Amino acid sequence: MIVESAKTLLEVRGLRATVSGIEILKGIDFTVRTGEVHAIMGPNGSGKSTFAKLLAGHPAYAMTGGTIAYEGRNLLELAPEDRARAGIFLGFQYPIEIPGVANSQFLRLAYNTLQEARGKDELDPLEFDDFVRAKMKLLEMNPDFLDRSVNEGFSGGEKKRNEILQMALLQPRLAILDETDSGLDIDALRVVAGGVNQLASRDNAIVLVTHYQRLLNYIVPDYVHVMDGGRIIKTGGRELAVELETRGYDWVGAEFRQAARATA
Amino acid sequence: MSVTAGTSYLEALLQGQPQPPSPAVAWLNRLRGDAVDRVSALTVPTTRDEDWRFTDISPLTRISFQPARGAPILQAADIARYALPEAAACLVFADGVYAPQLSFNKTGVVVENLAPGVMAHGATIEPHLGRHAEFRNNVFAALNTAFLHDGALIIVPRNTAVAAPIHLLFIATRQDVVAYPRCLVIAGSGSDVTVVEDFVALQDEAYFNNAVTEIAAGDGAHVRHIRVQRESGKAFHIANCTVTLADSSRFQSVSVALGARISRFNLNVVQAAAGVECEVDGLALISGRQLADTHTSIDHAKPHGVSRQLHKCIVGGAAHAVFNGKIMVRAGAQLTDSSQSSRNLLLSGRAHVDTKPQLEIFADDVKCAHGATVGQLDAEEVFYLKSRGLADVAARNLLTYAFGAEILARIPVASLRQHLAQTVLAQTTHQP
Repeated sequence: MIVESAKTLLEVRGLRATVSGIEILKGIDFTVRTGEVHAIMGPNGSGKSTFAKLLAGHPAYAMTGGTIAYEGRNLLELAPEDRARAGIFLGFQYPIEIPGVANSQFLRLAYNTLQEARGKDELDPLEFDDFVRAKMKLLEMNPDFLDRSVNEGFSGGEKKRNEILQMALLQPRLAILDETDSGLDIDALRVVAGGVNQLASRDNAIVLVTHYQRLLNYIVPDYVHVMDGGRIIKTGGRELAVELETRGYDWVGAEFRQAARATA
Repeated sequence: MSVTAGTSYLEALLQGQPQPPSPAVAWLNRLRGDAVDRVSALTVPTTRDEDWRFTDISPLTRISFQPARGAPILQAADIARYALPEAAACLVFADGVYAPQLSFNKTGVVVENLAPGVMAHGATIEPHLGRHAEFRNNVFAALNTAFLHDGALIIVPRNTAVAAPIHLLFIATRQDVVAYPRCLVIAGSGSDVTVVEDFVALQDEAYFNNAVTEIAAGDGAHVRHIRVQRESGKAFHIANCTVTLADSSRFQSVSVALGARISRFNLNVVQAAAGVECEVDGLALISGRQLADTHTSIDHAKPHGVSRQLHKCIVGGAAHAVFNGKIMVRAGAQLTDSSQSSRNLLLSGRAHVDTKPQLEIFADDVKCAHGATVGQLDAEEVFYLKSRGLADVAARNLLTYAFGAEILARIPVASLRQHLAQTVLAQTTHQP
């Protein structure tokens, strides 16, 4: 929702970034205020996942230009773990499997690490068990997933639910969900979207990175951005997503190039 | 090392041979005699032997080891921390000598010391003892057989299930002692048994354990075998284990190597009949200047066999891990389904691993997959944990622990699994 008294959470200006020496992001301007839901859409290879991972501090991406301010702080100075502690959450497109570590152990470790960083009480295993089971109900997750190794042998949909479960536990102020809808059947999509909607509030913000409009039927964005060639080439409201679904991405690119020629 | 030096070393070891017990059992004396002959004919292997290419055991020959003279006096309190509450039987051997006062058996099946056992159960034992573990060309198995005396004897009658695990605890208490732990498991048709072999030390000195284990699983039997090598950091540990699997039997094994300065474990699994399934998993977690060498062989001799193998090494410091995993699919072993994976984690720039999967396939309708990886922690995995707020060192510790814990999770004895998890956690936790 767009809120009157919203505070600016994230302010990206002229962001350029490379991976293995190749420039992927070529000057991005992007602002997120509390309460807002943003969708970043675009064809494969447009740089949207790179942008998401870079915000979370992925070591493979090097920022070569521009600025990123998160709650007024220079994000570049924060290690990935410090970004998490400051309230940034990345829901992974491909969540990592960790055989040998029980999901409950991992979730509690992450939860308590953030609680400690925020000066709040940690939970012992029994307390945490009650807490996490309540959150799992929200996502219609089978409690058996607590005893299994992290993401090991989970289906695509189960992995994505587990990501949103982490979001529910960690209560981020800025949640970036990278292709959370990919690999989900329609029932799983409904459940996952329902979970995200329940977590959205006036005090946090959500950035959805997605290829398809389908997710946006369930999580209604305030802003839709189209990314192509490492830039945001168009920003609109929810109706832009619907238009993209029927017309594809090509026309946005053509429009952008035409405008660029006109100003040149 | 020269052949002569190797020979004189073996002669010195042989001179420590205790007198065979009387009344003599003729077949056993013949077996020991054959073994003595083989020791005399063989030499200590060197790195020029293909099977020992990566493992230089010459430090072993620089120490003069003697068998223990009499059992040390041990109290239950000395070994309490190694007790498995689930165990239905426990046989304790101190420096290779059976310790009856610390042992018990509540299983209702034969779980007893081998030395008297050969008298009482001669007819059952004779077809198995020394028949599975080849010693013609294996000097260490030959030495063990030449010294065959105390050891564990487990006989599970047909269609009998022993629900709780049987614990065999081999304790090293004195330095410069050589012990020859021996274990024979005869699992009758349709039986079900879990055996834990546990090698521990009450001191931190050099000694030499030269162990041989033979397991014979009858038709449809289900045998679980857990082997924990947590010897002292100065010890030498060389072990041979041979498993013969009859029709439609199932064998699950987990071997964990944590201790010893130099250790070598040869595991030979023979699928001697059709429809056999085996799972053969292993973990070596070593650091400092340790060397842990695991050689496995899974022999698919008959059709419809399944084998699954996951072997992992976590190597820190200047330690050296070796894995050689041979999968043999013989002509006629059609519809074999075999997979093998060797995964290795190097924690330091000086850590070293040699891994060699070895597939020999002589049948044409089979499914065989194998792979080996050597590397450091995966950067994506580290990032995943850091993105959840974990500090770099906490993320790395957790992933290193998890790498080992995946194998420990396959140990079907809860108390042992938890105990080893604590050990692995302590060894993989580094402070920032």
